[in-house]
This record gives sequence, C-alpha cells and structure tokens, in this order.
Amino acid sequence: MSAAPTGVGIVAPEADAAIETVDLVKRYGRTVALDGLSMRVPAGEVFGFLGPNGAGKTTAVKLLLGLARPTSGQASLLGRPAGDRESRRRVGYLPELFRYQAWLTGREVLAVHCRLAGLHRPTWGPQIDAALHAAGISDRAGDRVGGYSKGMQQRLGLAVALLGDPAVIFLDEPTSALDPVGRLEMRHLLHGLRARGTTIFLNSHLLTEVERVCDRVVILDHGRVVAAGPLADLLSERHLRVRVTGLGRPAGELLAAFGSVSESDGFLELRGLDPDRVPDVVAALVAAGGRVYAVEPRQATLEERFAEAVGAPSPAADAPTPAGDTTTHAWGQPDGEAPR
Amino acid sequence: MIAPLFDIAWLTIREAARRRLFLVLILITAASVALSGWGFSQVRDALLSGGDGPGGTIEAGGLTGELALTFIIAQLLILVTFMFSFILALSAVFIAAPVIAGELESGVALTILARPIGRTTYLLGKWLGIALLVCVYAALSGIVELVVVGTLTGYMPPDPAFALAYLCGQALVLLTLTILLSTRLSAITAGVACLAIFGLAWIGGIIGGIGTAIGEPAIAQVGELSRLLLPTDGLWRGVVYHLEPREILLLLDQAGALTAAFPFVVEAPPPTSFLAWVLAWFAVILGLAALSFRRREI
Repeated sequence: MSAAPTGVGIVAPEADAAIETVDLVKRYGRTVALDGLSMRVPAGEVFGFLGPNGAGKTTAVKLLLGLARPTSGQASLLGRPAGDRESRRRVGYLPELFRYQAWLTGREVLAVHCRLAGLHRPTWGPQIDAALHAAGISDRAGDRVGGYSKGMQQRLGLAVALLGDPAVIFLDEPTSALDPVGRLEMRHLLHGLRARGTTIFLNSHLLTEVERVCDRVVILDHGRVVAAGPLADLLSERHLRVRVTGLGRPAGELLAAFGSVSESDGFLELRGLDPDRVPDVVAALVAAGGRVYAVEPRQATLEERFAEAVGAPSPAADAPTPAGDTTTHAWGQPDGEAPR
Repeated sequence: MIAPLFDIAWLTIREAARRRLFLVLILITAASVALSGWGFSQVRDALLSGGDGPGGTIEAGGLTGELALTFIIAQLLILVTFMFSFILALSAVFIAAPVIAGELESGVALTILARPIGRTTYLLGKWLGIALLVCVYAALSGIVELVVVGTLTGYMPPDPAFALAYLCGQALVLLTLTILLSTRLSAITAGVACLAIFGLAWIGGIIGGIGTAIGEPAIAQVGELSRLLLPTDGLWRGVVYHLEPREILLLLDQAGALTAAFPFVVEAPPPTSFLAWVLAWFAVILGLAALSFRRREI
C-alpha cells in the first residue's frame, strides 16, 4: 500500500500517459466532488479507479470526456485537453447510468454510434458484428432495445464502447448488471483488450473483479486520492494472523522485533513480517509458553486495502477464517482461555 | 459539423416515425379534413339554398351574393386554420420539450455527447429534425385541407403558400423557445412554460389590437411588445391576411381601426421590418439555446 496524499497520485515516468490529471477540482455549488485529483494512467494498462459511493469517480470520467467542466486544474486525454473532440474520436465509453434509444434495435444503436464516431461506412458492418460478438449479444441484435433486460443493455453499452477499436475505453461499473458468467466473459474481454494495447479505465465497486484484471489502481475518497500504485505493490505486504493462548507477556512486547502487532477478533495480527520468519514467530510464542491454535500467513486483499484507505472497518473482521493461504484453522479455544 | 448535424436531425425524425407520431398525425389529419370538408359543403349548400337577405340572397357584413359566400367560407377556413395552428403549435412544443431535456434525464445524451460531436451541432440537429417534421406536416396537411375546401366550396385563398409559411413560422417560434427552455428545465416544465408564454403572447396581441381599435397608443404598445418578445401573434396575422379574400380589404377600410381588435380579420400583411425581426429572433434564441447547452453540465 502506498498511501498518497492529495495531489500526488500515480506517476509512471517511462510510459506514455493515456490519461493525466493535475490538481483537478470540481465543485457543484458547495459540494466538492473532486478535490485536487492528480493521476497518470500509462497507455496500454488496465486502470482501476476505485472509491466508495460519492467519492467522485463518475465526475472524474465526465470531466475527462468533456461532459462536465472542471472548476480548476488540468486534465488530458490521449495527449489533448480533456473534452477535445479529436481525442473523443479514439475513446469508448460505457456510462454507469445510461439508456440507449429504446425504439432502435441493438444493431441500429451501434450503427448510430459508428456514424457519430465518424467511422468509415464500409467498416461499419464488420465493426458492428465484432462488437456484438465480443459483448455476447449477436443473437439479440435485431431486437428493439426497449425489450432488453438490464444486463443486455449493459452488454449493448459495452458493444458501443468497443466500436472503432478505441485507444482508451472508460467502463463505469461495467458488470453491475451482469450475471457471474457475464462477469467472467467481461474479464476475458478485458484481458483481450489489454493484449491489443487498449487502455482501460475501469470504475468499479467489485474489488475482486478489479483485483483480477487491473495493473494499477487509484482509490478515491471524498474527491481525494487516498491510495495509489501498481496493484502488485498495493497487495505485496504480507501479514500473519495468529491465535494463541497462555502467553506470559504482552504479545506486542514479545513480537515487537518481528513487526507491528495489533489484535483483532481474537487474533494477533503481525504486519511487515518477512515470510521466511513465520517459524521464528511460532517458536518465540511457544518459548513464551503460548499454545498456538492457528497461524495464517496472508497476502492483503484489495478489499482490505480499500477499507483501510477509506477508513472503513476491516473486512477481515467479518471473516474469522478468511479464504487466504490458511495453514491452520482455528477450531475455537479448547481450554477456554481468552487469547491475548 | 454539417454531416453530424444531419445525422442528429435524421435520428430525430426516425424517432418520431418509430414512435408512431406520423401514423397518429395522418389519422387525425385525415379525420379533421374529412370532417371540416363535410362541414364546409354543408354550410355552402345551406347558404346557397336559403339565403337570409332580400329575395333569398346571402348577406354577411354588408356583403351580398357570391362575395358574402366567399367571406363566410374564408372566415370558416380561418377558424379551422386557427384550430390547426394550435394543434401544430402544441405538437411542436410536445415534440421539442423532451428532445433535449428528456435525453439528458434518461442518459441517452450521455452516450451521444461523449462522441466527437459538438453540443451546438447536437442542439441544431435536434431543432432541424423537428423543424422539418413540423413544416412538412403543416405543408402537407394544409395543402390537403385547402384542396378539399377549394373543391367543395370553390374558394381558394389568394396566397395559400404564404399562409402556410406563416403557419410554419408560428410553430417554429414555439419549437425554438421550447428548445431554449429545455436546455435548462425539465421536459414538463419547459413545455408548460412555453405554452403559458404562447397564451400570454396571444392575449397580449388581442389587448394590443383593442388598444389600436379604441385609439389608446399605450395599450396598443402592449401588443407590439408581445409581438416582439414572441412573434407568434404577428405571424398569425400573416396567416389570416393570406387566407382572406382580397375583396374584404374594402370592407375593412370602411370599418376603420375597429377591425384591429379582431384576430380573425387583418388589414395588411406583417411589415418587412417585422419579418426581419422574426429572423433575428430565431438567431438570438437559437444562439442562446446553444450557449446555454454548451455550458450545461451533463
């Protein structure tokens, strides 16, 4: 986790930036939607833009696409000022709350967008077929959009976003209406797009999805960047959860040499621990008279990082036996002693 | 800018067709023309078979014979056109009100405006699409009505094309005002506001006419002012003038200023200066609408 103060954001100096913002501020009256957003999205990466409801994620996308104007600060998209018409030629966008013309068929909606995007007429047919196929709605392309389910509409929105092989695709909660199969297909699609060098800007609440596809993440809260960095870095920190009883000394004092110690839900949590030293921790606990019931070396999940960044309760507290690299399960406390 | 403008206009027209607007308008127009045609022929037959003047001749407003018949038929035609102008104006408002505001509310605009298309192009395209719809409908249904009335009664206004052009102008004024309001207000509010303003301008025109008739310049200026702010009443007077038989002008001369109080008889066509003002009005209101929409957060 690299918690970043407002205005620092992500910097990837060696890559071309597909998207860049500097101190971007957006106020609606007295409400501050974005409070100095600075970030850099390298071209060709899948970028996760995360945050709780009302954090300013959709506002940022609208500013980048020129649908809203910033109060102050700068933003660029594909090397041109945000909102520039030329840069929008190379962008696909699936909004979070949207509707397509209910009186058109799916194929007609795509044709309208081919026209508006300025694609050459002979390419429309192949482009539309490819987009319909990628979004998995080829068989419903001839039906009126008014008869589509919410999931179908979202798939259509995805197909529209894919038209014209855009250099950048903004996907705002793209899987919110999709079933598990749809989400899996979306994941495959995103991997395919990344392989083609498309930059994907993904707004999502579904952290497990983000964790599986994103190269880089920004976590936004109250319009500010609260955490940012390559996903691998954010999740690299390991920690150890231990359930132990019968220690003669306070655990914090005993294990201070291994890392920072805290207690949560009956477990000792040890952060900043070198994975090779797990046996040493267990040996120290046993030497101090402790009876060890569970030892769980774990890698942080994005959900935990997210909760930590936005100041929410740790999701680990909801899961006494989390689905991590659990080596031992805690089967209660046979001797009735409270762990320390 | 030109190609996307026509794309948006075409999309707007297609939407109207898919929403069965054409079908409903054709059915209603057919019924209206049939009914009014039947009414005209009945009136003509009744007048010709038993006039109330001396010796059974037709008499109306000091006119007798064929001239009186022409006068009565022309007045009936103007009344039917008055009703039609209302339908046209209401249609323009109802089609225009949701076309910007509705697409903003539903999220359709979000997907379109993220494309490389300017806000002004989008707005003008919508305006053009509805304007074409309204004018084509007005022209076609007006021609059908005039042909039916002409065939059944023998009366054809002196300048039917001008009358239809003024009728379209009136609807376009309301369309343009509605588009301006719908860039900032919800569809319902924009529609209601536009109709209320239309009604006020109509009343303003009547009050101004009464002021002219009784020789009160201050009251007459109310009409002038309302005609400048919303030129619908002035354009309506253009419709009336071009539907009237020219012979009526002599009669109006005799009646003097009093005729100004009545919105169904007109002594002179709208002056060129007024027409120039109407063109300027369109430019200003469309410019304001484009400016307002460009500044609108989506």
